[in-house]
Amino acid sequence: MSTSTATTSSKRVGRSAALRKEARTAWLMSAPALLLLTLFLGIPIVLTFALSFTNARLISPNPPEFIGLSNFIRAFSSDPTFIRSLTNTAFFALIVVPCQSGLALALAILVNQKVKGVTAFRTMIFMPVVTSMVVVSILWSFFYEKDGLFNSILNTLTGGGWTAVAWLNNPGTAMPAIILLSIWQAVGLHMIIWLSGLQGIDPALYEAAALDGVNGWQRFRYVTWPGLHSTMVFILVTITIAALGLFVQVDVMTSGGPQDATSTLVYHAVRKGYREQDMGYGSAISLIFFVAVLVISLIQRRLTREGD
Amino acid sequence: MSTTRRTFLGLGVTAAVAATLAACSSQQGGSASGSSGAITLWTHNGGNSEELAVVKNAVEAFNAANPDTPVEVKDFPQASYNDSIAAAAVAGDLPDILDLDGPIMPNWAYSGYLAPLQISSELEDSIIDSAKGYWNDTLYSVGPYDTSLCFLGRKSAFEAAGVPIPTIDQPWTREEFDDALAKLSELPDYDYAIDFSVADTAEWWPYAYAPMLQSFGGDLIDRETFETADGFLNGDAAVQWGEWFRSCFTKGYASETPATDGQDFLQGKVPLYYAGGWKVLQSQETFGEDEVLILPPVDFGQGARVGGGSWQWGVSATSSNPAAANAFIEFLMQDEYLVEYSNAIGNFPSVPSATPQTEYYKEGGALEPVYEIGTKYALLRPATPGYKVISSIFDKAARDIVSGADVKSTLDQAVKDIDADITSNNGYQAK
Repeated sequence: MSTSTATTSSKRVGRSAALRKEARTAWLMSAPALLLLTLFLGIPIVLTFALSFTNARLISPNPPEFIGLSNFIRAFSSDPTFIRSLTNTAFFALIVVPCQSGLALALAILVNQKVKGVTAFRTMIFMPVVTSMVVVSILWSFFYEKDGLFNSILNTLTGGGWTAVAWLNNPGTAMPAIILLSIWQAVGLHMIIWLSGLQGIDPALYEAAALDGVNGWQRFRYVTWPGLHSTMVFILVTITIAALGLFVQVDVMTSGGPQDATSTLVYHAVRKGYREQDMGYGSAISLIFFVAVLVISLIQRRLTREGD
Repeated sequence: MSTTRRTFLGLGVTAAVAATLAACSSQQGGSASGSSGAITLWTHNGGNSEELAVVKNAVEAFNAANPDTPVEVKDFPQASYNDSIAAAAVAGDLPDILDLDGPIMPNWAYSGYLAPLQISSELEDSIIDSAKGYWNDTLYSVGPYDTSLCFLGRKSAFEAAGVPIPTIDQPWTREEFDDALAKLSELPDYDYAIDFSVADTAEWWPYAYAPMLQSFGGDLIDRETFETADGFLNGDAAVQWGEWFRSCFTKGYASETPATDGQDFLQGKVPLYYAGGWKVLQSQETFGEDEVLILPPVDFGQGARVGGGSWQWGVSATSSNPAAANAFIEFLMQDEYLVEYSNAIGNFPSVPSATPQTEYYKEGGALEPVYEIGTKYALLRPATPGYKVISSIFDKAARDIVSGADVKSTLDQAVKDIDADITSNNGYQAK
């Protein structure tokens, strides 16, 4: 009796010691990542939160003062560019998320066919992803010029009937131009992710479906699509977050113009906080952005939960 | 197996320690100058070998004459220079001597980066106004050179269109300029009448177009008090400027998307080009000295205007040896180096006694008119710490106007933004 108790407790001691050792190793192994995360993510977020309630300046001899909610009130009541940036960002995400994920899925299904030369297609579609966005933006701003590639193509197609448009200088066309470029640039990445999802589906399911005599649509609807659920959630969340963070294209191609048509939340935060040295206000805009992304991601997680 | 794990752990710990050290070292205070007595100098000339060579020449000569306080040069690319200074200032790591773009000087002086200059009054008096940086009646920076805006024209086009050529003493009036643009835009050989350089970015917009606004009678801000832009940037004169500027594009005189860096002019697509003196030599090489007209700015009613103020030298507030730093700036401002500067980069010297010795600005030199325009019509950008904000807001407003936004409401919003910034900084009062 007593012997057995002693054995159990000594076993327990041994197991918990092993656990402790493993936990220690785990902490040690994750320490570098945790340290960097705190340094470059945790601390900045806390700082942003704190600064957004002050009138802190980037360069100033005056110490920051606590000004309560003034920055937030200013954003929503007396800064039309902020409101415009908010709607632009929402518009961009609303168009880009479905178009880009849908196009990527279509491309993934195409390049998943077992035909010759498919690797070449995959490479071609993936190539823009590895090119720097700054380079892509500069190239495309040449394409969008009044005597650039797009106007030439349209001119040729319409037999000279096309009136050239300076795509990036027209408030009506600037944002669609940036949307097109953004989808083209990132679609390859999401195609690859869809592709990995497609290839993870058990071929036996397709065989079973074939035995049942399904047509192409039914095969997609009842085999492929359910098999892609977790891939879909991942892609939706990453595309949404990337779309909401639109910055580089705007910074390189339009500086938020013309007439705020392409200004976005991140661009506006950088312009106010950094270029105009108003760190407090810039932080407030960043915080609004942070909360918006968080809320949207949570809603998405909820909507795309595995049905039960 | 266990070796691998230990190696990993070791790597992890090393990385963590390295990161911590990096985080700490950026917090260290104190000036960068070492105990050796050396003084440090930072310049934005990283990508500009001709100008950097002039600085290095001067430094070598100075070091030979002052072995106790040698100057050490560190060059940065221009695009990241201001950021480097701001970061260094926050970290308490500013060099002893630094160069700075004229309009940013009040911002840095106000923030306590700069110490007042202590150079001899003879030197101070000899420098032209647009190369001296005063804020609160204190001299903080002096520049070895300045340049001017001008219009560059193709003589053959002017003759073909029958446009009279304005002189520096008799600049275009608004009507004459509009007439010239209308006639030049009819020429069959050219796409547009003028390249206004609207493809240029950053400080170019306020530097180039605020002088036009000032010539109309408006301004970026009230220059008496520096407390408001109301009535200056959105008054009748400013609205007229905005409407006129917009009309140049709607009437088809100028392209909203010209090629960058004046290529439209250099490739013969436009006969007129609004640019700085730094573009003259290249144009003369392309078309020949006789073909390129150097024309003054337009007098829109309140006198012709061009922007003034270029890169200048200052001494940081944290310098451990301000006497030596000031001595170096005095040394650099000798005629000898001003001439070298001018010959290397084509700007004119900021001390008139150096001018006759330069290649381009001596009597009959290729760039003589640029000097006359600069000294006759230059107006400095408003010397207020808030200029950086004004510059950004004006840049955005002017771009919106060019792309067709309502002029009055755009300028009203710009005024609101500028005034809000001044208020929230307590009027940028010096401490």
